[in-house]
Amino acid sequence: MNEKITIQNLSVTADGKSILANINLTILEHEIFSIIGPAHSGKTTLLRTINRLIETQPGFSRTGKLLLDGKDVLNWDIETLRRRVGLIFATPIPLPGTIFDNIAYGPRLKGIRNKRKLTEIVEHTLRAAFLWDEVKDRLDTSALRLSGGQQQRLCIARTLALDPEVVMMDEPCSGLDPISTAQIEDAMRQLKNRYTFILVTNNVKQAARVSDRVAFFLAGQLIEVNSAEIIFTRPADKRTDDYISGRIG
Amino acid sequence: MKRRPLTIQRLVWFLLALLTLFTLTILFFIIGYITAKGVPTLTPEFLFGMPERMGKEGGILPTIVATIYLALLAIVIATPLGVGTAVYLTEYTRESALTRIIRFGADALAGVPSIIFGLFGFILFVIYLKMGWSILAGSLTLAVMILPTIIRTSEEAIRTVPYAYREVSYSLGGTKSQTILNVVLPNALPGILTGIILGLGRSVAETAAVIFTAGSSLRMPRSIFDPARTMAVHFYILAREGISMPRAYGTALLLIISILVINAFAYILLFRLTRRFR
Amino acid sequence: MREKLFEKILLLCALSAVTALFLIALFIFYEGLPLIFRIGPANFLFSSNWAPTRGHFGILPMIVGSLQVTVLALILGGTLGLACAMFLAEFAPRWSVRILKPLIELLAGIPSVVYGFIGVLVLVPLIRRTLGGPGFSVLAAGIILGIMILPTVIAISLDALNAVPLSYKEGSLAVGATRWQTLYRLTLPAAKSGIIASLILAMGRAIGETMAVIMVAGNALIIPKSPLEPVRTLTSNIALEMGYASGTHQEALFATGVVLFIIVALLNTFALLALRKKV
Repeated sequence: MNEKITIQNLSVTADGKSILANINLTILEHEIFSIIGPAHSGKTTLLRTINRLIETQPGFSRTGKLLLDGKDVLNWDIETLRRRVGLIFATPIPLPGTIFDNIAYGPRLKGIRNKRKLTEIVEHTLRAAFLWDEVKDRLDTSALRLSGGQQQRLCIARTLALDPEVVMMDEPCSGLDPISTAQIEDAMRQLKNRYTFILVTNNVKQAARVSDRVAFFLAGQLIEVNSAEIIFTRPADKRTDDYISGRIG
Repeated sequence: MKRRPLTIQRLVWFLLALLTLFTLTILFFIIGYITAKGVPTLTPEFLFGMPERMGKEGGILPTIVATIYLALLAIVIATPLGVGTAVYLTEYTRESALTRIIRFGADALAGVPSIIFGLFGFILFVIYLKMGWSILAGSLTLAVMILPTIIRTSEEAIRTVPYAYREVSYSLGGTKSQTILNVVLPNALPGILTGIILGLGRSVAETAAVIFTAGSSLRMPRSIFDPARTMAVHFYILAREGISMPRAYGTALLLIISILVINAFAYILLFRLTRRFR
Repeated sequence: MREKLFEKILLLCALSAVTALFLIALFIFYEGLPLIFRIGPANFLFSSNWAPTRGHFGILPMIVGSLQVTVLALILGGTLGLACAMFLAEFAPRWSVRILKPLIELLAGIPSVVYGFIGVLVLVPLIRRTLGGPGFSVLAAGIILGIMILPTVIAISLDALNAVPLSYKEGSLAVGATRWQTLYRLTLPAAKSGIIASLILAMGRAIGETMAVIMVAGNALIIPKSPLEPVRTLTSNIALEMGYASGTHQEALFATGVVLFIIVALLNTFALLALRKKV
């Protein structure tokens, strides 16, 4: 499989404080790549550096190289990059408006105005996110009335509407009930063939369930990266082992 | 002998309640008085008729038209400037010397007395820019007067839009301008509209700044370059020159009704705003 | 790039307020300062002889008049306003505040000319009948202005009182103080800077008010020795004579505007400084 994302010696600081130190990592196409680690390990910052969302925050700076499909992300047109690499946040954030409008928002910004095309996109992505059956009769109602799990699946559909190649999920199931969690994990497995998934999660068991490869971060450093099987059965680093067995957390 | 604290409190309660009631009584007295004396004059002939004998007889249609023109044009001029300022302050800058200067300008402008605006509008718009006494000169002057209000309310409204919405838009490939136009402003709209409506109310009530810029001609204005007399100015002239008491009352009542309606709109909007995010 | 253009346009908008302020100051000073320097600031400010058509430009009566009227307005409106603010902050039931506050803000919406009108019809005769004098007086103007500044004083003082942290008040109540004692000894002092700011801002409004004052103050060119005598303020002076002034006379009115502008600017600066000093 090809390298989708290559990270070389990446360091990120915010207001002088080091958040990520010297990260070297590759993420392959069509895999589910999990990033695990305790809070404040820099996992979210890594995602936000990949899609350059971190640039909207003042006071940050970064060194090192981050390549998407072999090209430095800094050389990508930033809007194209963000459509190519979608991000789903930890708390579901539906925009005020209808379900239809939420999903059509991204495509509309890109210039797609044709109503039929938009409807197609809405249905297609809602099906992929396992939400279509639940909302197909009420696409014109407010997205704010959906349950937490439904809203998160809406956010997934919204991201998929831009036809990304990489989908990054930042603790997408935190606060969701087990059924919604299972649905989202199912969606990931089903969609693996079309997309590359990067999953940040605090839930070790979830990572064990869905991942192909796993990286363990601790306090801004990459401790270990390997296949899921190895990480969860015979991790090379003691700290990884401590985290997975709950001794640190 | 030390009086019991609770007794003192009870006394204080009564005193303060009385004083508050007194304040409200003043309000109701003013409105009631004008209403009682002004209602008989509010006939269709009055509202839609032309003034005769310098307002001693006839109606006040030109003043109604003038007020509407003036207030609306002032809003049209002030809103883009005010909202633009608010957007710039919240979306494009952090606290810096520049933002402090901008804010100082807005705050200082809010404190300038209306007669100074009148002098300013007169010398700049009427004389130097040769607009003469005109609706245009009046509206430009009013626009500067209401600018701080619009800036303040718009900025507050924009700040209440959750930052997360912006991040969602960015991560979906939105540019900054797209995010502002498609997410921030639509969600800040109720607050912005409140500011606009408050500015409208202020424009309708204003006299000193208008009389020296829009003039006091009682003719029906046909374009924004014509002079015009607003309801407030007309009322002032009627009252001070003693031209016609009934018509003065009628004009005053119409003024108060307009402002009440405008304020009511602002409040309803504010309610809907807080309801949205519940 | 479109984004840069968008940002530049917004920057231009943002500079509009400062530009307007600058233009106002520029034009007022440009038209008014020459005369002040020609006849000398001391002569302008401290002479009581205002006869512009004959070359005399002393605005002392107007300065004194403005001050007298404003101080009276502050005393009347300030105390009444503070009383209402205290009532609304501490003693009024919650539901009533939601009705009372908008009602009081309605007072702010009534045009100043209407206030002046009511003043002429009701207040002036009342003063004439009960206290003597022509009725058109410092007292009348002070009362009307006092009413007009009520919304300002109430709104800002109320905010200041409500901004005092709940924990302060609860601490006081917990040791057995009554609500009034808490208010008097704790909340009021804590909200002092906000209340002072409201008073200074109200003062600025009062000094700047024109139309209502013209209608009830009498506009006589004297320095009043009693509140029952008529008075002319800086603002009335400008508004009354601007309609027919020309040449040097007009310059003198702009000069009056300069003095007014400076006074109000100073007051507002003090108010803003006081507002910045939080609890």
